[in-house]
Amino acid sequence: MSVFVLRRVLTLLATLVGASVIIFLVLDALPGNAAQMLMGADASADAVRALTVKLGLDQPLAVRYLQWIKGLLVGDLGNSYVYGTPVASLIAERLVLTIPLAIMSMLITVVLALSAGIYTAANHNKLGDVGVMSLTQIGIALPNFWFAILLVLLFAVRLQWLSAGGFAGWDDGIWPGIKSLLLPSISLAVVQAAILARVTRSAVLEVLREDFVRTARAKGLGRREVLWSHVLRNAMIPVMTVMGLQFANLLAGTIVIENVFYLPGLGRLIFQSIANRDLIVVRNCVMLLAAMVVIVNFVVDVLYAFIDPRIKVHDL
Amino acid sequence: MADPATMPLIEVDNLGVRLNTSRGPAQAVRDVSFALKRGETLGLVGESGCGKSVTALSLMGLLPDSAIVTGSVRLDGRQLARLPDADYCKLRGNRISMIFQEPMTALNPMHTIGHQVAEPLRRHKKYSAAQARREAIALLDRVGLPDPARRVDAYPHQFSGGQRQRVTIAMALACEPDLLIADEPTTALDVTIQGQILDLIADLVEERGMSMILISHDLGVIAENVQRMMVMYGGTVVESGPTDEVFRRMGHPYTQGLFRARPKLGARKGTRLKTISGTVPELADLPMGCTFADRCPLVIDECRTALPPMVDVGPGHVVRCIRTDVSMAANVGALPA
Repeated sequence: MSVFVLRRVLTLLATLVGASVIIFLVLDALPGNAAQMLMGADASADAVRALTVKLGLDQPLAVRYLQWIKGLLVGDLGNSYVYGTPVASLIAERLVLTIPLAIMSMLITVVLALSAGIYTAANHNKLGDVGVMSLTQIGIALPNFWFAILLVLLFAVRLQWLSAGGFAGWDDGIWPGIKSLLLPSISLAVVQAAILARVTRSAVLEVLREDFVRTARAKGLGRREVLWSHVLRNAMIPVMTVMGLQFANLLAGTIVIENVFYLPGLGRLIFQSIANRDLIVVRNCVMLLAAMVVIVNFVVDVLYAFIDPRIKVHDL
Repeated sequence: MADPATMPLIEVDNLGVRLNTSRGPAQAVRDVSFALKRGETLGLVGESGCGKSVTALSLMGLLPDSAIVTGSVRLDGRQLARLPDADYCKLRGNRISMIFQEPMTALNPMHTIGHQVAEPLRRHKKYSAAQARREAIALLDRVGLPDPARRVDAYPHQFSGGQRQRVTIAMALACEPDLLIADEPTTALDVTIQGQILDLIADLVEERGMSMILISHDLGVIAENVQRMMVMYGGTVVESGPTDEVFRRMGHPYTQGLFRARPKLGARKGTRLKTISGTVPELADLPMGCTFADRCPLVIDECRTALPPMVDVGPGHVVRCIRTDVSMAANVGALPA
């Protein structure tokens, strides 16, 4: 077990090192210079050069890379070129919104998708199946920002139950924060749930065709019992794989929804930093996302081993 | 009410099954009738697609929902055909059990074998978890699984094919059923294991006084393991009778063809394996007359007009053929007449 963890952690670290090199090189190759952006287009060449030196951008590539990694290891991500404040606190401010938002919309996604997927598979080709599957088709086709606007119109404008945007923070307690994230997480969850419901349905249907399902029926188990005690656990592997990908996507890919609801999330930070050529922020954000994706995948892999006795933890 | 000792345990009368296939509706089973007393064994033999597995599944009530079952299936006089699923669930695994062909996929990979063997006990006999576990270990021991007390918590992938088939047998026997249906139980196994598994099944059938329906495409397996046999072709029974009697005097050209097509030990090198020419008819597109007509060496025009009736050719021995006078003159059989 400990050997497994060690080996797994080593591969995880190797992946992150690889990711950091790629991130660093790609961002370095980007046209545009942070110093030039900061000083404005009509700044003098001398002033730009002075700022370049001050920011350390004149150092050789390898030196800058090693400095960055050294900083990462001690938790010092440097200061934003644009705001002058530490990148770490900029990111931390955003994470208190982005992580709860991702978790909330993932929870909504899983509840909706598993119930819809299992229901439709159990009622394969019946009216309920066709109905719910048409709904998921619509769910996939809906642009989430448009759906978000509809939600705002209904719950914020018409019913006035929730606010139309902004983030209340966690200082006044958990509930106001959750309330302000409710509409965004539903908007994000609808598409994801529609996709995951279809994955769940086909995974369950596939397992229902397995021989051991017939064996279980031959033992006298009813359809429902077979579904719960024999089918679901077998169907969970593909479902969890997609869930992992979706969670990673919710951490980074929410910029449109953040804009609709005026939320200061990680997505907007990345977007603004790219626009400002605040590459030190971009680099660290992208690195963070890469780390989160790698960790989510690691967690999913470990869960496989818990679910499926054929996958031994040390095989991972 | 007839005397239970002589009343058949299971009585199938004019069973028909219509399936919806990708090629349209197909009459997978037609006019199958037989009765089986307690302790009797019956073999069903035929090629893939002849309707033997569908017959078995219809006795288990496990056909797809879209299947249309006609005729009657009685267990101790009680009608099972078209029985609601909830009622059927009380019989399956309890009074009627089934062993399937593929031991590698017939067990759920996510549950321990102990759990899977205990499941019918917990369900039908309402055993406690501890009781069911003890009984599962005893059953696994009876079917010859080595070290059952320890291996009861192992998962299917930790066993060989033969061992897994022993586990499915233990599962099927858990509630001491009256009828055991074994659908090609050894087809997927190594030849060396086949004999052991068949011997185990035969011992258990005798020991517990069960009736058994053994399905196989292998005439050798049928010859050695059952008292009576039915040969199926194209969804109908083409020949039926006591096993010895059928092997002594095979009446149907199809049975004879199957018998000639078996590989023989000691055949001269280079001898070609005999085959039955042509292919099995599509069940969705069966001919009007005898289903075997297109492949039969003895076919005459009359064979194609209507499904031939069953003809008595010996004690309890019937053949669905109008040309038994010719076919039986050839005297094909394994045993001397």
